[in-house]
Amino acid sequence: MISAFFIFNQKGEVLISRLYRTDFKRSIADVFRIQVVSNSDVRSPIITLGSTSFFHVRVNNLYVVAVTKTNANAALVFEFCYRFISIAKAYFGKIDEESVKNNFVVIYELIDEINDFGYPQNSEIDTLKSYITTESVVSTAIAAEESSKITSQATGATSWRRGDVKYKKNEAFVDVVETVNLSMSAKGTILRAEVDGHIQMRAYLSGSPECKFGLNDKLVIDKNERGAGGDAVELDDCRFHQCVRLNEFDSSRTISFVPPDGEFELMRYRSTSNVKLPLRIISTVNEIGTTQVSYVITIKANFNNKLSATSVVLRIPTPLNTTNVDCKVASGKAKYVPAENVVVWKIPRIQGGQECTFNATADLTSTTVRQVWARPPIDVDFQVLMFTASGLIVRFLKVFEKSNYHSIKWVRYLTKASGSYQIRF
Amino acid sequence: MSGQQGQDAKFFQRGKIEEFRTELQAAESKDKKYQKRKTVLKKIVANITMGNDMSPLFTDVVQSLGAPLLEIKKMVYLFLMSYGRLKPEQIHIVIPSFLQDCNDRNPLIRALAIRTMSYIPIPVVLEPLSEQLRHCLKDRDPYVRKTAAICVAKLYVADSRKAEKGGFVEMLRDMMLDTNATVVANAVAALSEIGDRQDGVIFKLNLTIANKLIAALGESSEWGQIYILDSLLRYVPEECADAEMMGERVIVQLQHANSAVVLTAIKVLLYLMNYMENRRLIDYICKKMGPPLVTLISSGPEVQYVALRNILLIIQRRPTVLKNDVKVFFCKYNDPIYVKLAKLEIMYRLARDENAKEVLAELQEYASEVDVDFVRKAVRSIGRLAIKVEGAADICIQALLDLIETKVTYVVQEAVIVTKDIFRRYPGKYEGIIPKLCENMDALDEPESKASMIWILGQFADKIDNADELLDDLVYTFLEEAVEVQLALLTATVKLFIYKADSETAKELVHKVLKWATEEVDNPDLRDRGFMYWRMLAMNPNVAREIVLAEKPAITTDSDRMDRGALDQLLLHTGTLGSIYHKNPETFIRNAAGRALTDSPALNANSRSVLVTLRPQLPSAANINVAGPGPIEPQPNVPAAGSSRPAQLISEDAGPGEERDLLDIEESTAESGTGGDSGEGNVDVDVDADDDDPRAAKALDPYANLAGAFGGYVADQPQPISGTSQRGGELDDLLF
Repeated sequence: MISAFFIFNQKGEVLISRLYRTDFKRSIADVFRIQVVSNSDVRSPIITLGSTSFFHVRVNNLYVVAVTKTNANAALVFEFCYRFISIAKAYFGKIDEESVKNNFVVIYELIDEINDFGYPQNSEIDTLKSYITTESVVSTAIAAEESSKITSQATGATSWRRGDVKYKKNEAFVDVVETVNLSMSAKGTILRAEVDGHIQMRAYLSGSPECKFGLNDKLVIDKNERGAGGDAVELDDCRFHQCVRLNEFDSSRTISFVPPDGEFELMRYRSTSNVKLPLRIISTVNEIGTTQVSYVITIKANFNNKLSATSVVLRIPTPLNTTNVDCKVASGKAKYVPAENVVVWKIPRIQGGQECTFNATADLTSTTVRQVWARPPIDVDFQVLMFTASGLIVRFLKVFEKSNYHSIKWVRYLTKASGSYQIRF
Repeated sequence: MSGQQGQDAKFFQRGKIEEFRTELQAAESKDKKYQKRKTVLKKIVANITMGNDMSPLFTDVVQSLGAPLLEIKKMVYLFLMSYGRLKPEQIHIVIPSFLQDCNDRNPLIRALAIRTMSYIPIPVVLEPLSEQLRHCLKDRDPYVRKTAAICVAKLYVADSRKAEKGGFVEMLRDMMLDTNATVVANAVAALSEIGDRQDGVIFKLNLTIANKLIAALGESSEWGQIYILDSLLRYVPEECADAEMMGERVIVQLQHANSAVVLTAIKVLLYLMNYMENRRLIDYICKKMGPPLVTLISSGPEVQYVALRNILLIIQRRPTVLKNDVKVFFCKYNDPIYVKLAKLEIMYRLARDENAKEVLAELQEYASEVDVDFVRKAVRSIGRLAIKVEGAADICIQALLDLIETKVTYVVQEAVIVTKDIFRRYPGKYEGIIPKLCENMDALDEPESKASMIWILGQFADKIDNADELLDDLVYTFLEEAVEVQLALLTATVKLFIYKADSETAKELVHKVLKWATEEVDNPDLRDRGFMYWRMLAMNPNVAREIVLAEKPAITTDSDRMDRGALDQLLLHTGTLGSIYHKNPETFIRNAAGRALTDSPALNANSRSVLVTLRPQLPSAANINVAGPGPIEPQPNVPAAGSSRPAQLISEDAGPGEERDLLDIEESTAESGTGGDSGEGNVDVDVDADDDDPRAAKALDPYANLAGAFGGYVADQPQPISGTSQRGGELDDLLF
């Protein structure tokens, strides 16, 4: 199990150091600094030296590090690091050197609560916030009775929810967010099109509400069993927040749960069949001799004309020896960024059905050694509201509570891509 | 409450002990809201963090325990956890305060007290703690009980005899039946740790307890689920039906959001499948495992990496899992390098006739990327693909030729290396491309590629008109070359001479090289091989011809699959470090507990036939077999039927790229002397035998075959740096 937990800044200075076990001294931090922080070519998130293993996750300008001398469960260690990061974000709004330094005392409290002797313990943000606060608490101020409530919640079957939540207006917001991963070959064939979806929920509901959630999904176990199943969306896989009763899902395919209070990720899913690609990219890139490259890139919005794609950003690679790029665009702005060897073409909005074209010529310096240009893919980022690439729709969300209050539910859909929509040319 | 920002960064400043002491004293008076005291304590904690020794302040800091602020108490406790151990003669001052807290009405305070005490593992503290612990293990509040359960593990680690004598282990065992799932999970975690320490306590589960634990899964926290799932490997099913029922109950956990829960559930399922007989259920479970594994590939890159390394093992043992999913393992341009390399290996494993074209197209893309290691591995993978999938060999060769055209030196070198293997896989089919290779000979500056090229020149000296000229050029620098190149040159010139006995150049060449090898070079391998050829040629050139040009068995890719017994054993470590390095943990982590399938009436006959039993003790440095000089007899290492222990020793010690065991020596010579006829046959003969004979299969390190047949293909596998056997002990002592 985890023997030590550290946070380092970019210079390798220790911001947090907690040794859960006596098999290390604090000086073990120096080893990490030498092996990872000052090493410009780190090629693994896990480094094992002798019997000692270092696991690290980089976030902003920090290294979150766990050290062990055992055959630790690597997935658990990384999940723990991720969890620490999300707790820190929930507590301090962000996680970076400044926020860690400003809150180090609370962080020490937190990491002692969410980990005991290297074993991760209850790490539900909602529960933690009920007894680890950024304000000083007088020992006697937490009455024994109040504490019992906290402890039973921290160890209970619904450790993610306080029982005494009250809202005047009971509301639940459901956000279906889909990230499209696309990899298209130079010939225009789709190498891989996949939707990573997650359903984010913000529940502001009183008491202990029982929720039932329905989608137009169909989970496919065996791809050979696939058939025309009406408008049902075929999901390759889904995973749920711990509040969802997995047994019930397994037997009757209903998603039922008592939600945590506030925001949480209800489920994650993956779909690979019938992925609707919101943006089509057609590119013609020609190397003219050794001195020029010409680009003609057309982008087409492939969805209902009532919807629109926003924040569209294309990153179009240019050869390393480019001196200047002459761009012509009808919509948006295109700019050559020499430091990154790309032309960034930003289009604030594209209406459904609309088409935009980019014309450019890149001038190259003549180099003595002619190196082949690797041609990295064109990368497209965008957002389309009220559109799901998988076709997923929320059918219902029912809330049952013993006081039988009325609740309002809102559903929103968003499809986006960032760094994963790639077109080779 | 979110977004709230503290303002404590200013305390990160190196301070002097004396200053802090004065400030603490000043805080004794006129400090209404304990503001001053809090400030000093924060400064002290910040200094502890920065690595400054604050222990001289011990007596001053503990004075603050009187303050009624929880925040202050926690900071003092933090101080005690850092320095308490070093102050056995002073720690008694705080014991009364601890004891008072242990009996506080507030369960959070009670738990905090025992948790902190148990972090100070010295007798002065453990003595009073064990008294308190006895009550706390039975506390009415589950939070206190779950904390106490972990305290027992801490107590056991600090003083196992005390913990056993005090009956704490039994109390933990009883806690597995607690009504609260969190308590159950922590008791299981503590027992697992104690059981793995191998000093007396054996932690096993029977069917009743195992079922009770599974029932607790639903109410456990995600971490608790991991501890419980992990412990299920301590249950050995006596009947297939038990394993099947349990498997069905574990399947639902595959849908969990936490990747560690998913991987641990997969580990349990893989384990239980060894005890199942219902084929349909096994197939169903395999089908159910695929999608969650793929989903892990969209987690954070670190978890992706863990998942990928595990998938590589899983698909070797259960090839139906992910059989049709090669596309999801295509690399994204911006994947971290460790993810890309792991994906590449999986792509190769999943490649077959139906998808070879797609896979090749991807590999060609990768071969033009920037990262040198990745490009090299992509080029090699193209070669391996040609060897593995016969139907794709033609297009792979074409791809390699295109790559050679790029003239990028490392690409050309890799291409030459794999081409050599392709020649051996498809004798007589692709020799037409030799002229193309010869054109690029100048680009070869690394020993492995040079040796490969030389092997090709020697092997096909009869088909290459100017082979003698080319070799003559290469021999020019003979004395400066690496040993593997020298060995290759030696063999190649001998072959040339045999092919072209009447050529004066060939005669001159072989004479020159033999003379150098036997008189000028210090390397015994080279010298001995030189003498051997020399005598052979002198005594009977015809026999020499038969020996040197004997037909070589074609290489296959069957050999780069790990053998099943080793896989079964490694998969018991799914999700852990061992599964990332593909090594059993006891071979690279000191005091790590090994695992092995346990025989039972339910154990599948196939699994039993390859069963690897666990060696009871860990290897100390003295146990490691280092091959001495002299003739090597592999026989003693091939286990006699029934005794698998020596076999185990070999399979564990001989990791890729590390010191090898006796059996491997032969192969590593073969490997280094790529051109040496003496070694060529061995690799594959062994391999063929392995497939049908489980006992022999066990005898070899699973990767030893691979390394032999495929040169350095696995050289870039992740590995722990310097194992315990070499510098390890020193390193451990130095640092910790």
